[in-house]
Amino acid sequence: MDRLSRIATLNADYARCIDDDRLEEWPGFFLEHCLYKITTADNVAKGYEAGLVYADSRAMLQDRVSALRQANIYERQRYRHIVGLPAVGEGEATETPFLVVRIMRDGKMDLFATGRYLDKIVEEGKSLKFAERVVVCDSSRFDTLLAIPL
Amino acid sequence: MGPWPATLARVPYWVYQDPGVLSDEQRRIFEGPVWNFLCLEMEIPGKGDWRATHMGAMPVVVARDTDGGIRAFENRCAHRGALICIEDSGNVERAFHCVYHAWRYDLKGNLIGVAFRDGVNGKGGMGKSFRMEEHGPRKLRTATACGLVFGTLSPDTPPLEEYLGEEILGRMKRVLKKPVRILGKFTQALPNNWKLYIENVKDTYHASLLHTFFATFRITRLSQGGGVIVTGSGAHHVSATKAPTAAKDAAFSKEAVPTNKEGSYRLADASLLENVDEFGDGIQLQILSVFPGFVLQQIHNCLAVRQVLPKGVEATELNWTYIGFEDDTPELRRMRMRQANLVGPAGFVSMEDGAVGGFVQRATATAPDAQSIVEMGGELAESQDTRATEASVRGFWKAWRACMGV
Repeated sequence: MDRLSRIATLNADYARCIDDDRLEEWPGFFLEHCLYKITTADNVAKGYEAGLVYADSRAMLQDRVSALRQANIYERQRYRHIVGLPAVGEGEATETPFLVVRIMRDGKMDLFATGRYLDKIVEEGKSLKFAERVVVCDSSRFDTLLAIPL
Repeated sequence: MGPWPATLARVPYWVYQDPGVLSDEQRRIFEGPVWNFLCLEMEIPGKGDWRATHMGAMPVVVARDTDGGIRAFENRCAHRGALICIEDSGNVERAFHCVYHAWRYDLKGNLIGVAFRDGVNGKGGMGKSFRMEEHGPRKLRTATACGLVFGTLSPDTPPLEEYLGEEILGRMKRVLKKPVRILGKFTQALPNNWKLYIENVKDTYHASLLHTFFATFRITRLSQGGGVIVTGSGAHHVSATKAPTAAKDAAFSKEAVPTNKEGSYRLADASLLENVDEFGDGIQLQILSVFPGFVLQQIHNCLAVRQVLPKGVEATELNWTYIGFEDDTPELRRMRMRQANLVGPAGFVSMEDGAVGGFVQRATATAPDAQSIVEMGGELAESQDTRATEASVRGFWKAWRACMGV
């Protein structure tokens, strides 16, 4: 497979992992020392570094999942990711647009987030992993709460 | 407005449901004798810098005048009522232009120009009796404290320092002790009346009972040292939690609350909990509120200001600004960013606060005349050296009732 196909496959697997509620497998898409950050276009434009979610290790991603499973109070909900074609540049950097619909336990569906993944994707063994995935949401406004990762 | 109970320890649910209450609140509270938080002073550092904000539902422009002073006025053109500024922030040389018909305003909000005032070739134009100085958006008084800009419309509002009082000002200065730097800004749209969120902020009782992260990792437990300050009018509050001391915490354990998962829930990467005592007083959590809708937060080294804005009877906007200091080391900045996982829309703690208001709003929809019980720690709204109290929630209602005349 060429690099574009491999990255598209990685994105598809990533989205299915979250949408199928196999969150325990989600940290496995990242290197042990990684950066996963959810921020907004406005924050990026202004050079503000903080994220809604900021994890600089795979273990912190595991903590996100264990918190959702064991610690946090929130209403049952699911996501449906629609992930666009990756724009693969030279080297490790890749950009992919996404759209996430949130489905609440009572059936209410909302367009919850849109944006782009700014990724640094590297080879680890025979597979591709995220060294960095910065989730840049188009809007700075989040409805009620953001529990499940994007 | 329905009947109001004699005690501060009961709150009827219609108060979160009635559209008439919301419009009265705009007039009597947000546009009344209170200081509303508008923005950080460092957001408008230079002459002509401006930022759009709100005072309750009222759109407001805050600007740095040519003399360095801070001005604020209603973001509403005197002509046809359009927004004067349609961006979030910017800089103007001398004047704002309304986009609709290009009427001009100076940095104080004075109307200084009417396009084609004299018409064209002697035809049309504004009537001879029109006086620009008789028209213009409403102007606010502004004042600053610790780099925070506040505004008020009422001539009856006391000076800001007097409004805040020494205790609140002291606790504000404790955190905002040097020039700040913005680390991030996010908005959380809450599915509930604004007062349900403010009550949550002031509710020291819930923190370790709702939030597993607070209880399990001893960030704030009811059994830890600390207390709550409620100002005389009830309007403002500060709650503080001291760092945990004893290895055992029998007082908390015996309540067997579900949020206490000490021993059973662990973090794989505990760097989230690493912190330094940067204020040097052992207080690891301080939440400060200024009536009606401002919050200053210190949880470990995670600092933020929050602006609470009503957007409808059942809709509230919570504007988060995460801050650090200009002179933070890279290590401290990174620590703040890790700890920021606790707060904001995706915060291990704050996501729960984003949800509970909606739970109350939905559950009480058909019970407008029923009342919530706000009786922990008695019926008064006074400072207490415990957080197992709802004194500061009662304080909010004391101030709210004074403004609303009920």
